Amino acid sequence: MWYREAGDFKKTYSEDSQTFPIRLDRIGYFVILLVAVLVVPFFITSYAANAVLVPFLIYAIAVLGLNILTGYCGQVSLGTGGFMAVGAYASYKLMTSFPDLNIFFVVILAGFVTAAVGMMFGLPSLRIKGFYLAVATLAAQFFLVWLFNKVPWFYNYSASGQINAPERTLLGYIITGPNTSPSAKYLFCLAFVILLAWIARNLTRGTLGRSWMAIRDMDIAAEIIGVNPLKAKLSAFGVSSFFIGIAGALYFTVYLGAVEVGEAFGITQSFLVLFMVIIGGLGSILGSFAGAAFLVLMPVLLKNVLVGGMGWPTDIAAHFEFIIVGGLIITFLILEPHGLAQLWRIIKEKMRLWPFPH
Amino acid sequence: MKLTKLAAIAAVALTAASPVMADLVFPSLSYRTGPYAANGIPFADGYADYMTLMNERDGGIGGVPTKLLECETGYNTAKGVECYEATKGEGALIYQPLSTGITYQLIPKASADGIPVHSMGYGRTSAANGKVFEWVFNYPATYWDGASIAVKHIMDQEGGDIKGKKIALVYHNSAYGKEPIRTLEELAKMHGYELMLIPVDHPGQEQKSQWLQIRQQRPDYVLMWGWGVMNQVAIQEASNIGFAMDHFIGIWWSGSENDVLPAGDGANGYKALALANPGGDYAIYADLQKHVYDAGKAAGSGDQMKTVLYNRGLYAALLAVEATRKAQEIHGVAQITPAMMRDGMEALEMTEASMAALGMADFGPEFKNTCENHGGSGLGKVQQWDASAKTWNLITDWIQSDKSVIDALIAEDSAAYAAENNITERCN
Repeated sequence: MWYREAGDFKKTYSEDSQTFPIRLDRIGYFVILLVAVLVVPFFITSYAANAVLVPFLIYAIAVLGLNILTGYCGQVSLGTGGFMAVGAYASYKLMTSFPDLNIFFVVILAGFVTAAVGMMFGLPSLRIKGFYLAVATLAAQFFLVWLFNKVPWFYNYSASGQINAPERTLLGYIITGPNTSPSAKYLFCLAFVILLAWIARNLTRGTLGRSWMAIRDMDIAAEIIGVNPLKAKLSAFGVSSFFIGIAGALYFTVYLGAVEVGEAFGITQSFLVLFMVIIGGLGSILGSFAGAAFLVLMPVLLKNVLVGGMGWPTDIAAHFEFIIVGGLIITFLILEPHGLAQLWRIIKEKMRLWPFPH
Repeated sequence: MKLTKLAAIAAVALTAASPVMADLVFPSLSYRTGPYAANGIPFADGYADYMTLMNERDGGIGGVPTKLLECETGYNTAKGVECYEATKGEGALIYQPLSTGITYQLIPKASADGIPVHSMGYGRTSAANGKVFEWVFNYPATYWDGASIAVKHIMDQEGGDIKGKKIALVYHNSAYGKEPIRTLEELAKMHGYELMLIPVDHPGQEQKSQWLQIRQQRPDYVLMWGWGVMNQVAIQEASNIGFAMDHFIGIWWSGSENDVLPAGDGANGYKALALANPGGDYAIYADLQKHVYDAGKAAGSGDQMKTVLYNRGLYAALLAVEATRKAQEIHGVAQITPAMMRDGMEALEMTEASMAALGMADFGPEFKNTCENHGGSGLGKVQQWDASAKTWNLITDWIQSDKSVIDALIAEDSAAYAAENNITERCN
């Protein structure tokens, strides 16, 4: 009734090709954006920031990155954890080597360093495909973790091999370190999410995104119609790693403040991000957010309900968390193999016809 | 839209449990799941049972009941942070995360929030320097004490000279396992032994290649900094390659019943350091039996009592409770704050007599905390596993670590931390 294209006249080409063609979507998008930027920071608690929203935002960036590579370009990667580690260690080295460098640029530069590393590991993708490429990126995962453990230069020769984020400020507000206010953490991450999601959305519907999708759908056909596979695949690896590197840098500097590579950026991290992509929906920006939200918020929510609300013993609750989250993943994938994003698309289709379906 | 709704529910679920300041709140960041559960469960049970005993027998500490907030971390730092954030608002007095990784996370956070951290025999060794680490304590002994005690024991066994001997360190490839390396290197220079480093990646279920390396290079002694499933696997592998078990020495976190039992007779003769005495012949068990077990209030499944790590959980809780008493005494109030708790910890002194009065005579070492020293006395014993009797036997008395080496290293490492974080030294 209210959710429809009818009556929403488009007069120019740019209006016709906008991201949210339906008015209600547009309004909803801006309302969420306004609430996220102007309302949430005033009410955010330390717990909501550190345990819920900041990890959600950071994972959303990582999932956007992997979605560009896997969802849009069709190159399966299991190296996400390793690339996040590159972002984290790059930001650490930059922070400690150039103490006066602004934290915003540190994060961006860490993204570029990761992009370079990602493109290097993306080179084999020109020759190998599918599962074989997955194994090659798996090698990147293990190699990078091993490297950051083995070479003391990366962790400034500290006794424990841990890296710690020193305190840095942006426009007078503390962004990293233990004295950061929850709203500063949240807004810093949110700024990156908004910026990167906007970039991702516009890249994927432009020339570059179309060439990625052509490669994904059939690489030989794409080559015949003039898509350069070298350029398409390497750019996908580069852009994807840039996103993942920023996520890794934020994960270390803003979220945890101290990490050790084996635990924070191990293979489980790679799988977690990949699951977020699959559950959210391959090749969807909204799906990236939905997937990250599902796997970050669901365990925290379950924990609070089972332990805090129902007073269960912590170990039984922890086991049930696995069972419930696992069960929900299977249920969702059986009901909708294309992820939460497809579910949302179907709901929108139904809403257009409501209340008079055929 | 969906996301914000979920977040809102999560926020409500949390704020519903608003701070109640009527109790003395002790958060227990435990892990009863995952690859480290075998070691996490007995410790958490001991910690919880001691707190229950305080409430049931004494009606709390100084008349104020204790409240235990258990939170499952799975030995995972991100979950540890979530637990810290979830519990700190409820008036948490002291954090004892039983994880070096989580301790590293909490050191800056808890220092900023003004809540003391007690990493008992783990965590960051240089936190022993109270001049720099105001809020962090690691008494009664540190990892570097442990490394030094192990080397001293080897020297005793070899008749005082270990020049040219080869000592391998099998360690958990994390901040925890890497911690003793610096001390062992320093001691290698001093005593002339050769140090071999053999890392084992988390969780340590697969160690074939590491023990193959040991078999090929034949070190004279193997030291181990392991935790969780890694301990059991290492002891099994060592017995598989026929390594002399009395030349295989674990840190105090690699010496519980759960670590040696799976290897059966193969584990016979395996040694580990002891932070406190093994066994269950303590007067406190009579009280626990009466007030906790028989009343059906035992934590977990109630089958861990009298094991090494259960005792250590009791000990951790005992030290926290004694620090609370001290704080109540200093400040003259029963309902203490985390800042008062810190003062209590800094003034804590444990003697033979005070331990005996608490029903744990001859259990832990004597030590006295000061403003400068948060690391205790640095004493440890060596215990050996008897597989036929299934008991740990002490084979040495308290061994004093080589403070001349360790103090210099602590000063160096804490000075680096102070410089990084712009901390001016206290206690002057």
